[in-house]
Amino acid sequence: MLRLLNIELQKLRYNRAAKVISIIYFVLITFIALIASIEFNFGDFHFRVADQGIFNFPYIWHFNTYVAAILKLFLAIVIVSMMSNEYSYRTLKQNLIDGLSKKEFVISKFLTVLLFAGISTVFIFLVSLILGLSFSDYNELTIIFSGMEYIGAYFIKLVAFFSFCLFLGVLVKRSAFALGFLIVWQIVEWLFYGLMKWQFFKDTEIADNVSQFFPLNAMANLIKEPLSRLGAIQSAANQLGENFTKDYHVTWLNVLIVLVWTALFIYWSYAILKKRDL
Amino acid sequence: MVFGTKNNCVENILTINNLTKKFGLLTAVDNLSFTIEKGNVYGILGPNGSGKSTTLGIVLNVVNKTAGDFQWFNGQIDTHNALKKVGAIIERPNFYPYMSAFQNLQLVCKIKEVSEEKITEKLQLVGLIERKDSKFSTFSLGMKQRLAIASALLNDPEILILDEPTNGLDPQGIHQIREIIKTIASQGTTILLASHLLDEVEKVCTHVVILRKGVSLYSGSVEAMNASHGFLTMQSDNMKMLQNALEGNPAFGTVKREGDYLIVYLNQPMDAAEVNKLLFEKGITLSHLVKRKESLEEQFLELTKQN
Repeated sequence: MLRLLNIELQKLRYNRAAKVISIIYFVLITFIALIASIEFNFGDFHFRVADQGIFNFPYIWHFNTYVAAILKLFLAIVIVSMMSNEYSYRTLKQNLIDGLSKKEFVISKFLTVLLFAGISTVFIFLVSLILGLSFSDYNELTIIFSGMEYIGAYFIKLVAFFSFCLFLGVLVKRSAFALGFLIVWQIVEWLFYGLMKWQFFKDTEIADNVSQFFPLNAMANLIKEPLSRLGAIQSAANQLGENFTKDYHVTWLNVLIVLVWTALFIYWSYAILKKRDL
Repeated sequence: MVFGTKNNCVENILTINNLTKKFGLLTAVDNLSFTIEKGNVYGILGPNGSGKSTTLGIVLNVVNKTAGDFQWFNGQIDTHNALKKVGAIIERPNFYPYMSAFQNLQLVCKIKEVSEEKITEKLQLVGLIERKDSKFSTFSLGMKQRLAIASALLNDPEILILDEPTNGLDPQGIHQIREIIKTIASQGTTILLASHLLDEVEKVCTHVVILRKGVSLYSGSVEAMNASHGFLTMQSDNMKMLQNALEGNPAFGTVKREGDYLIVYLNQPMDAAEVNKLLFEKGITLSHLVKRKESLEEQFLELTKQN
C-alpha cells in the first residue's frame, strides 16, 4: 500500500503544474476566512457578514464544506492530468513493463485520490474550527462537534468526484477532453432532470426520485445548499410568507449512492485498462 | 520449437506456447512458440510489421493475447512479479519529462522494489553520470535510449529485452548502444533483441527467431540456421581447368562464374587449406581463395522469400 502511494507521490512531487495548482487550491480554501471581513455600510445600516451567524457552530461545518467543495475543480485538474500524462508520456506502458500490475496501477492512483481528499478534509476541518472559535456565538464542546456529518460527507464527496475524474482520465486519455467530458456530463444530467421535471413527469416527484441516482447530482446532494438555512434569510422568507421545510441533513441513501458510484468508477478504470492494448 | 542446447537441465526464462494475437481481422502473431534459455543471446528478426513488437508487448503485460499462453521462469511467479526480474526497453524510451535522470530511475527502483544503490553504477555504465540531475526532456534521443538501458539494468535483470534499440539513432549513438549491449552480453546476461537490422543481430546473437507476418519461419541457433557448409570464391590463371576440376568432384556443389571469380558451394565440411591442397595436386595454382558462410542477411532473405 505504502509502496504504491510512494510511487505516485514521486511522480507528483516533481511536477510543477500539479504542485502550483494544489497550492492555489489550499490557499483558496483559506480565503473562505476572508468572507468574515465583508462589511457593508448603508448610512446607519451596518452589515457585517461575520455577524450573520454563518460562522456559528455547528452551522459553519455545513457552510464551509459547501463552499470549499466548489473549489474541488482545481484538484480535479491535477487528478485528470496525473492520469492522462501517463498516456501522453507513454509511462503507463513503461510502468507495466517495469513490473507494476494494472491493478496496482489503479490502486496507486486511487490511494492518491484518498490522500488528496483526506488532506483537503483535514484542512477544511482546521480552517472551520479556527474560524468558528473566533466568530461563533456558541462555544460549548458538544455544539462545536455536533455537525460532524458534513465533514464526513465532504470527504466522501471529494473521493467520489476525484474517482469520477480518474475514470474520465483513463477513458478519454487527454486531460482537456476529460474535463470537457465532465462538463458535458453535468449538462446531460441537468437536461435529463429538466426533461423529466417539466416535460414527461410534470407535477410528480419522479424526476427528483430518479435524478438522485445520477452521479454528479448525488454528489451535489450530499451537502445541500446552506444559505436558505441562515437565520436572516429564514426570517426574510417568513415575512414574505414563504416557509422552508427542507431537510439539510446528510442522508444515508445519498451516501450509499455516492459510494456505489465511487466503487464503479474505480472498477471501470481497472476494467478499461485491463481490456486495452497499450 | 525448442532451441537445441548441449545441456538438458537448462533454466527456461520464457516459454511461449501457440501464442496468437488478432487485431480485428489482422493476425499480428500466429500460433507462435519458442523458448528462451538462460545465458544465450537471442534475436527476433523480421521485417516491419512482422509481429515482433506485439509478441514482446504480450509477454511484457501491455498487450492482451488472443489465444495461447506464455510462462516466465517456468511459471513459478505471475507475470507482473516476473517483470521485476526483467529489464525491457520497447520502441522509444518512456520517462517523465519533468523529472531528472536520477529521479526517473528512483521511480523505477520503487516499482521494481530494488534498492536505489545501483543508480549511480548504472548511470556510469551508460555514460550519463554527469547528466544525472538534468531533466529527461533536455536529453538527446541517444541519451534517452542510454537512460532506458540504465533503467532496464537497475535490477540486474535475468533477461534484458531490447526492441529496436538503435532505431533513429545517429551512427555514434548506434555504436555506443552496441558497445553497451556487448558489455552486458559478456557478463552472461540473457538478452532478447528484436530488430530488423540483420547485421545488428548477427553481431551479437547466438540464437534467432525469424518472423514473417506473425508466423515463425525459423527458430534455433544462428549456426544451424543454414545447413550449407559455406562457399568459396576462387581465381586461377587457368579458369577452365579449375572449373573442370571442381565440377568433377562430388565434394563441390553448384559452380558459378561471377566476374573474374568462380563461386563454389561446398557439399561437405571442408576448409580452405584442404581445397587448396587438392587443387594443387591436380596442378592448379590459385591466385585467390576465400571461404565464407552466407551472411545472416542472405539466409534471412532466402528464408523469408520461400513462403
